[in-house]
Amino acid sequence: MLTILVDGLAYGMLLFVLACGLSVTLGVMNFINLAHGAFAMAGGYVAVVLVNGYGVPFLLALPLAALAAGLLGIALEQTLYVHVYRRTHLDQVLFSIGLVFIAMAVVDYTQGSQQQFLNLPAFLKVRLDLGVVSVGAYRLLIIVVCGALALALQAILARTRFGARLRASVDDPIAARGLGINVNAIFAITFGVGSALAGLGGALGAEILGLDPSFPLKFMVYFLIVVTAGGAAGMTGPFLAAILLGVADVAGKYYFPSIGAFIIYTLVIALLVWRPNGLFAAASGR
Amino acid sequence: MTYEGARQALAAPRRWQTMEFDFWLAILAAYALLPERSLLLNETAILGLFALSLDLVLGIAGIVSLGHAAFFGLGAYTAGLIGKLGLTEPILGLLIAGLAAGALGFATSFLVLRGSDLTRLMVTLSVSLVMLELANRLTTLTGGADGLQGIVIGAVLGTFEFDMFGRVAAAYSLIILFLLFLLARWLVNAPFGLAVQAIASNPLRSAAIGIPITRRLIAIYSIAAAIAGIAGALLAQTTQFVSLDVLAFHRSAEVMLVLVIGGTGYLYGGLVGAVLFKLLQDQLSDLTPQYWQFWLGLIFVALVVIGRERVFGFPQAVWRRIRGGV
Repeated sequence: MLTILVDGLAYGMLLFVLACGLSVTLGVMNFINLAHGAFAMAGGYVAVVLVNGYGVPFLLALPLAALAAGLLGIALEQTLYVHVYRRTHLDQVLFSIGLVFIAMAVVDYTQGSQQQFLNLPAFLKVRLDLGVVSVGAYRLLIIVVCGALALALQAILARTRFGARLRASVDDPIAARGLGINVNAIFAITFGVGSALAGLGGALGAEILGLDPSFPLKFMVYFLIVVTAGGAAGMTGPFLAAILLGVADVAGKYYFPSIGAFIIYTLVIALLVWRPNGLFAAASGR
Repeated sequence: MTYEGARQALAAPRRWQTMEFDFWLAILAAYALLPERSLLLNETAILGLFALSLDLVLGIAGIVSLGHAAFFGLGAYTAGLIGKLGLTEPILGLLIAGLAAGALGFATSFLVLRGSDLTRLMVTLSVSLVMLELANRLTTLTGGADGLQGIVIGAVLGTFEFDMFGRVAAAYSLIILFLLFLLARWLVNAPFGLAVQAIASNPLRSAAIGIPITRRLIAIYSIAAAIAGIAGALLAQTTQFVSLDVLAFHRSAEVMLVLVIGGTGYLYGGLVGAVLFKLLQDQLSDLTPQYWQFWLGLIFVALVVIGRERVFGFPQAVWRRIRGGV
């Protein structure tokens, strides 16, 4: 029971790191980016190639994967995404699905369609006994890294000038522009950071999530759930939503293996019907 | 604008234009002159019908759906199962499959009434994923990942037996497509369709002039679902095989591309798009069968970055002039 909780926690925290960039994209620019998972996949594959192919230590491969995904994100943002922000939601959906298809085909072509396994270092394969519950070192690492990232993000958002500007841009982009905040630059940076976090999540979670070319499609729904359920206001909503989703998904698949996936989708439908603007959204009708 | 002028402006699209006759004559010619491409023609007709049903939802009612394959797949599985259970009359199978998909559309229409584009997108996507998961799990009924096999389909109207070259199949699908197109065309230009289009362009004003928004949207969504189900049933009957592929996400995405290639909101878009899409697929798959998806994605991205209006503005401008300019 506790093991499931810990596994769910690790899974949920991964989902948060993977999806938090998306919530900003959606919140600031009202842009539906279905291709967010492609950046996570890019990070995952960079890590796999580095670790398995070149013998780079796993812990060093993580920041490199994040860097690669972040650079890819900024490059795509500057060249392609900027043209699509002001389009209709239908155009945004078409555009980002197109990116997903391209990413899947490219990965399939270069890396093959089979699932990739990351060679974890030995110290991550042991199980640690924490008194009440024994935890795999790998999952513990995920929880620690993701937890630290979540705290850091919250601190940046709440305490720094950049965070204040970002929050202002989310709340009201027009007024923020009027006050002299360069919303476009803020957005480009955030997009890059979001992509980098997704890449880190993809690299960190390669073993739990399962890495193959269909990754962006498989997890698209999960990311969207985190974002829509959590709402775009702040980090707390998406964080809680991600943890809930992670625990619910792991528990559902463990206790009801035959109907595990239904629980999630049915919950999502019910949730969206009940609170179309997100579980933790502010009550104001904006 | 006078009352008479308004009446004429509304009635104008209802009249048949020369170009529309030409379109259907061209299809008839393709069937008559290219017997060796009957299988492709059959697939094109089915895809066109599927895209037509999405046009009712997306182009006419303005609902962005990412899970239209749910209805297509349910129709396919229903028709397949009926055939397997011994009810081999195809037309009856189509009707039952259409009813089943329409019922699912009716039941889920309540979910897409509320919320933003993102919410609708999520809900439609989730519904199709639930359907896919159901089909995957209910192996005794659907055959799961192996697909539904052993479908027996009798002769159409008791006389036209399906042949292996797809001559009867193509004719059957094209006739059903034509009949349902007539239905859709009539609906869209009837007061009902005009009301739905009014809702899509401005829900607030539509409510103010007394259009029952909820009921109209539920109706158009259910009708579109039923048509998508019939398209799926056609696929099941003419190929006598149903696999999980009919419910897959890429099917929902593809039909969206088909519709967008042809243009949304004027009903021929889905059909024109289906023709272009199938020709393109036929060509590109010859080059790189495995990486068809790459080209598909590239088309999506290019279309949006260049701008759909710019790519398709020209043919649509021509169309508007033909329709007598609104």
